[in-house]
Amino acid sequence: MIVSQQKPLDEILSELDGISRVFLIGCAKCATVCKAGGEEEVWQMQESLTAVGREITGSIVIDEVCHMLRTARDLRSRKEMVDEAEAIVVLACGAGVQSVSATTSKRTLAGLDTKFLGNIKRLGQFEQKCSLCGECLLSRTGGICPVTVCPKSLLNGPCGGMDNGRCEVDLESECAWKMIFDRLSDRGDAERIKKTVSAKDNSTRRQPGRLKLDK
Amino acid sequence: MMSSFQAKLESNTFVITAEVSPPKGIDCSDFLSISRSLAAMVDAINVTDNQGANMRISPLAAAALLVREGIEPIYQVTCRDRNRLALQSDLLGAAALGVTNILALTGDFISFGDHPQGKPVFDLDSVQLLNVIAGLNNGKDMNGHQLTGSTTFFCGAAASPDAEPLELTLIKIEKKAAAGAGFLQTQAIFDIPRLGRFREAVSHLPVKVIAGILVLKSAGMARYINKNIPGLTIPDHIIDELADAADPAAKGLEIACRFAKEAAPLCNGIHIMAMGREELIPQIIAALKP
Ligand code: SF4
Ligand code: SF4
Repeated sequence: MIVSQQKPLDEILSELDGISRVFLIGCAKCATVCKAGGEEEVWQMQESLTAVGREITGSIVIDEVCHMLRTARDLRSRKEMVDEAEAIVVLACGAGVQSVSATTSKRTLAGLDTKFLGNIKRLGQFEQKCSLCGECLLSRTGGICPVTVCPKSLLNGPCGGMDNGRCEVDLESECAWKMIFDRLSDRGDAERIKKTVSAKDNSTRRQPGRLKLDK
Repeated sequence: MMSSFQAKLESNTFVITAEVSPPKGIDCSDFLSISRSLAAMVDAINVTDNQGANMRISPLAAAALLVREGIEPIYQVTCRDRNRLALQSDLLGAAALGVTNILALTGDFISFGDHPQGKPVFDLDSVQLLNVIAGLNNGKDMNGHQLTGSTTFFCGAAASPDAEPLELTLIKIEKKAAAGAGFLQTQAIFDIPRLGRFREAVSHLPVKVIAGILVLKSAGMARYINKNIPGLTIPDHIIDELADAADPAAKGLEIACRFAKEAAPLCNGIHIMAMGREELIPQIIAALKP
């Protein structure tokens, strides 16, 4: 899921300079799990903004704000409250913010910083394991992603900074290539990484991504 | 034209290289005067590429300045800051300017340097970069397009004999050798038996080994390196030796001379990293003489 984190209140307030009436939007999916934009956080944001003299014209938690049609429909159902506001603060990922900005001419503010596609390790703890490279290599690397787990995205083995199997960039973390090597060795498949992997085709991750299913 | 550094290594002449950092700025006078003073006693001068991710003058420019002086450079190229277009383009430029030796490196991560907010590139890794250079030597870019003329680069790669697990490190070294690395420049050596084992482990590969010799100044400097320079680990007993010395700077030189002397019989050359005390290099070279 998409991992996001609330922006510092000061930053949100500086964007709200001169604006007194605000409509709030949260997301019932990822932002809820990240405790960044669920019912609870929308409520807290309402409290915080009210405390500094803003009027909240209304709020809604949409069941996945990245769904553009649903977001447009749900906002129509709150039309009066939205119309009354001078700005909308969206507590959802960057995709969600853009679903909102596409449906309204109101000033739309991002209340969250969107971090990465993450796995949930345990409650409140997330880890990036895939960086959406567009052409997955996991079948060849023991199911551990060198593109993401290695900060340098190296495809042919560890860099010279590997320190006793730890990563030079963060000594708390194991080197991705050490993990791949151990995993494949355990499965008797370490030979697999002896083959040189050629340079990645970065055209597979060109932005903005688009995908249209045939049927 | 074959580099004379390559000719020496291939005829099994013992080589000596020294590392000189290009300046942070445009005044290259110190860089050049140090290089000139070393030129007669070393076989090539190794020009670092924004070492430790600290922004400095381009190693291509610095290497070309050395060529102009009649000094043979080893141009370090890292994958950190340039994508495949920029790397190939710089390499062609280097060839046209008379640079013949390349040390192909991954590069320290961007967070270690003075621009940690920058975007790390790593479009290629060091193995892929070596393969690209082999292609340029063959008159082709990495997508097989014909070049006007071929480069004649002699390439080396980095090696960390101390890295664990060694087996994993060796897999990558084998790939580097297969991609055309003609020499391996090791990380600073502080464990001679380990260097011996490493030498043995790569003896089946067609690569020459140049042992890295680091000149330390004090225990504090050694600790700083351990903390801030990835891939470089100075063992505790060396730090103690420096800490206990009445004159730590002299001790550092003595340690460098000792390791240079002990490493020499195990390899094809030594590479001296004097870290700003290049004036000591002649003494280390003198220590190699029987
Ligand atoms: S190889 Fe690409 S798609 Fe597969 S896990 Fe890694 S980043 Fe994601
Ligand atoms: S130590 Fe391992 S994970 Fe870290 S940057 Fe180097 S190769 Fe990648």
